[in-house]
Amino acid sequence: MISRAIIPRAVILLAVFAASGAFGADNGSVQIEPTNMQGPRPLAKQTATAVVRDYLEAWQSLNAALEQNRTDLLNQDFVGTARDKFAETIEEQARLGIRTRYQVRSHDIRIVFYSPEGLSVELVDNVQYDVQLLDHEKTQTTQMIRARYVAVLTPAEVRWRVRVLQSDSQ
Amino acid sequence: MNVTRSFLIGVAISASSLPALAQSRKLDVPKSVVAGSAFSIETEGGGQGVLYVVGPSQVLKRDVQLGQPVAIAAGDLDNAGHYLAVLNSGSSTETGEFDVVPANQPATLSFLAKPSRLPVGLQNGITGAVYVFDAFQNLITAPTPVSFQLSIPSESVQSRTVESHLGAAWTEMNSGAKDGNARFVARAGDVSATRVIEQVPGDPCGLKMNAKKAGGQIDLETDPLRDCSGNAVTDGTIVTFTESWNGGQTTVDVPLKHGVAQAEVPAYNGARISVATGVVMGNEIRWTNQ
Repeated sequence: MISRAIIPRAVILLAVFAASGAFGADNGSVQIEPTNMQGPRPLAKQTATAVVRDYLEAWQSLNAALEQNRTDLLNQDFVGTARDKFAETIEEQARLGIRTRYQVRSHDIRIVFYSPEGLSVELVDNVQYDVQLLDHEKTQTTQMIRARYVAVLTPAEVRWRVRVLQSDSQ
Repeated sequence: MNVTRSFLIGVAISASSLPALAQSRKLDVPKSVVAGSAFSIETEGGGQGVLYVVGPSQVLKRDVQLGQPVAIAAGDLDNAGHYLAVLNSGSSTETGEFDVVPANQPATLSFLAKPSRLPVGLQNGITGAVYVFDAFQNLITAPTPVSFQLSIPSESVQSRTVESHLGAAWTEMNSGAKDGNARFVARAGDVSATRVIEQVPGDPCGLKMNAKKAGGQIDLETDPLRDCSGNAVTDGTIVTFTESWNGGQTTVDVPLKHGVAQAEVPAYNGARISVATGVVMGNEIRWTNQ
């Protein structure tokens, strides 16, 4: 029989294992802060988990798309303004003969808004990553960046898609 | 995610797939510039170089004359974000980081209003959420006043002003007392977005029927049905008349027509006749043949 004092730790550990399996290792370390939400609509745990999972997958898609200069890799995870802007970046990179690699070291994510009608979620992510710039396959520089990203996700048929992804300095 | 404490997922990986971080000199770049505005980056030395400005949202590449400022013209860099500037002069690399921040002036609103149809007199029944964008579709993350207005013909206007937080603002409003189309307007700066919300009558208030004999039948007719705010209940609403007598029962469902419901039932002496619509019960009549 598990004592009551042990239960919370057990629950947290289960959450960690579940999360690491769901989010994968390609995102570096992932820290999820308690939500600090505005808005009247409660956010179910399953919804929050799905949002974070899809958001992290979107980062992987973005990284692959920017590295390979392939706009089609954006289609599953991005929509609207975010997709348009990243696609333009990729087209411009291809035109200029450059590629960029974003290697994420860590995410620190907090959900900050769940709109009352349930059609959007906003989160803030303090991201640390290395960006490598290649011009005609010659490395120009590799720099470590810390930035705060604000993301807005909206639900699609079977997943949350990123509609806004915008950064500023921490 | 209603987690009581933050937790670290121990899947840290090394950045071994990238080469060691370059040791580069610092490039003199402005700390931040407004999206779409002109600015310049100072360079030193002489000869030719290449300037890169790199971010997920936009990239630029320019051949530059070292020692001369590099002019970035208005409109060249209009996507908000954190950027890395790299100046490669062949023998050395200089880097700097800067932010492109959204313009303060809202240009478009993404306005989500729900529901599109609801009964009158519902407390906090209408919700609206807004995301505020500048002219380049950058989310304006700085606090911005957003006003919400719900106006219904012949009623006072409900107004609320809230400050956006990280580009998002929301509100709740009550539906009015009168049925009809309400205009729900969100406004930030000089831009606004409007949604129309249809307010329909609520449940009937004081359902009452009358009965009169017509041959071997009883004619039943309700008074005009109105909700508690006096709005005529929508035609087509189903009204149910139920007649019970000595072990038997007749039920008649009729749609409301011109505000009233009518039905005929057999005239059984001693029958009890009741009327209801939805969850609202009306009066009951005990029928006596005369």
